[in-house]
Amino acid sequence: MSHATVPKQLTKTVISARKLVKKYGDFAAVDGISFDVPAGESFGLLGPNGAGKSTTMRMIGGVSQRTSGELSIMGLDPERNGPEVRAHLGVVPQQDNLDDEIRVRDNLIVYGRYFGLPYSYLRHKADELLEFAQLTDKAKARVDSLSGGMKRRLTIARSLINEPKILLLDEPTTGLDPQARHILWDRLFRLKEQGVTLVLTTHYMDEAEQLCDRLIVVDKGRIMAEGSPASLIQEYSTREVLELRFGSQRNSTVAGQLEGIGERLETLPDRVLIYANDGEAALEQVRHRGLHPVTSLVRRSSLEDVFLRLTGRSLVD
Amino acid sequence: MTEPQRPTLREADATAPLLSLRVPLTPEESAAKARRFGSLYFAEHWLRTMRGYGWTVVMTAVGTPLVYLFAMGVGLATLIDANTGASLGGGSGDGLPYLVFVAPALLATAGIMVAAEENTYSVMSGFKWRRTYYGPNASPLSSAQLVNGHSLGVLFRLLLTTGLYYLFLLLFGAVPDPAGWLMIFTAALGGMAFGLPLMAYASSIVEDKGQFAMVQRFVVMPLFLFSGTFFPLASMPWAVQWIGWISPLWHSTELGRVLSYGYAEPAWLTAAHVLYLAVLAAAGWVLAKRNYTRRLGI
Repeated sequence: MSHATVPKQLTKTVISARKLVKKYGDFAAVDGISFDVPAGESFGLLGPNGAGKSTTMRMIGGVSQRTSGELSIMGLDPERNGPEVRAHLGVVPQQDNLDDEIRVRDNLIVYGRYFGLPYSYLRHKADELLEFAQLTDKAKARVDSLSGGMKRRLTIARSLINEPKILLLDEPTTGLDPQARHILWDRLFRLKEQGVTLVLTTHYMDEAEQLCDRLIVVDKGRIMAEGSPASLIQEYSTREVLELRFGSQRNSTVAGQLEGIGERLETLPDRVLIYANDGEAALEQVRHRGLHPVTSLVRRSSLEDVFLRLTGRSLVD
Repeated sequence: MTEPQRPTLREADATAPLLSLRVPLTPEESAAKARRFGSLYFAEHWLRTMRGYGWTVVMTAVGTPLVYLFAMGVGLATLIDANTGASLGGGSGDGLPYLVFVAPALLATAGIMVAAEENTYSVMSGFKWRRTYYGPNASPLSSAQLVNGHSLGVLFRLLLTTGLYYLFLLLFGAVPDPAGWLMIFTAALGGMAFGLPLMAYASSIVEDKGQFAMVQRFVVMPLFLFSGTFFPLASMPWAVQWIGWISPLWHSTELGRVLSYGYAEPAWLTAAHVLYLAVLAAAGWVLAKRNYTRRLGI
């Protein structure tokens, strides 16, 4: 696979959405969102549960009809050319739907058959993907004997059986332990290096920061902000954040005495956040005012702060 | 949920070629093949899954006829034949052995039972419990192809079951007419006529509140008992004969009797049996496709 360095090819749009709307009765799960994903980009939809991320993914995947708006994947309308669009995609759903009545390797082969692929190719491809997913020694195992992380990797391996140029990942690491998540991120990163376009939803800010070149922050079916993780943080937050805990009873009463320190103040039930470019300096000022928090922590701003700023709520409840 | 301890990933894979195989079809070619053969692809998956419980399938297909034939055909038949003689509607008016009378009904029942088994829990499982429909749903396959593929798989199991059953009937000398082998297919048709509407019903169920157990108790069992299975429908009171007329099992059984021992009935009635079963199957098929498409979104 050779990548020509012609700018036009690099900026080729593979997914384009315009004023996409999905309504269930009166409720708009997706309420007029527009975005473009160029080939090879890793594009994220970040938002809390119920923000409309999965619905958007299902529309891209051609398994949910939009109420209005335009959508094109590889220049094709998923509603008119469903099988063609889906033949371009690899899909990793939020809930694993592996067939636990057949063996691990057979899950890959059976899935490849849906794409009309011949057994001569699938036998080798299945072995290669098992290697990629670090499941070679589980090839003949039953699916229910796999751990959560292994099942997730098998689902990803399955989604690659047709060598898709676009991979849709809906909450790829939700419910996994930290080690399993890091293995998955590594696999996804490798795919990205190979030029696969990744579109993923997540409500984990660290996942978005790790994997996404660019993302949209979605809430209640609308786009709140768009940009790279760094640019979003720069635009909507300060460089550092000072987290103070005064004890759950006192946080809100103390907040009034912190006015004027840093650029912005957020009072959460369990802590007070002071947004400042120099966290340590802000902490000095707090102490100077005779206030003594139970704990204090200076950290860099994250997408969590961006989300908090945009919506007044946390990403993960 | 522990991951196996391994050398670090980057070391382990540093030299391994990563996904070097090239896919032999373009997405357009894949989609074209899926549009044409998608139903068969899903049937392939279905059969592969069935292989996992293949032993059960074969044991059921072999064991059921043996048990029924010994119980009804040999045990009960001895008693009935000694007492009733020709009252069972034999073609010639001579004493029709009870075994011969009941054999087509047992075969037809086997078809209904397989259909009841394959089109209830496994449908619910695809949508809800194991969510296995959502994998192919994200592939180029359409929902209608899932219905078709599933039905092809069920048809295969039906033919396997009725074929084996037929062999046992032969072994017990229960099929006098050489045309009797056609029962393999009429019993399978009966299975589809019952199975496809049941599949449509099963695909409309979102919450399992024991509906399938109710189907078993209040649909399958009454059909089994009141479809002219063990005694001619005509010998039952009028008030319950309607159960036989709407029952795919009765139509399937009567067809079998015509083929197996030349049971005399007007030709139009034989045609009506075939037509009724075909219409039921077709209606179920259309409704199942509609339900699957609604539920899976495409």
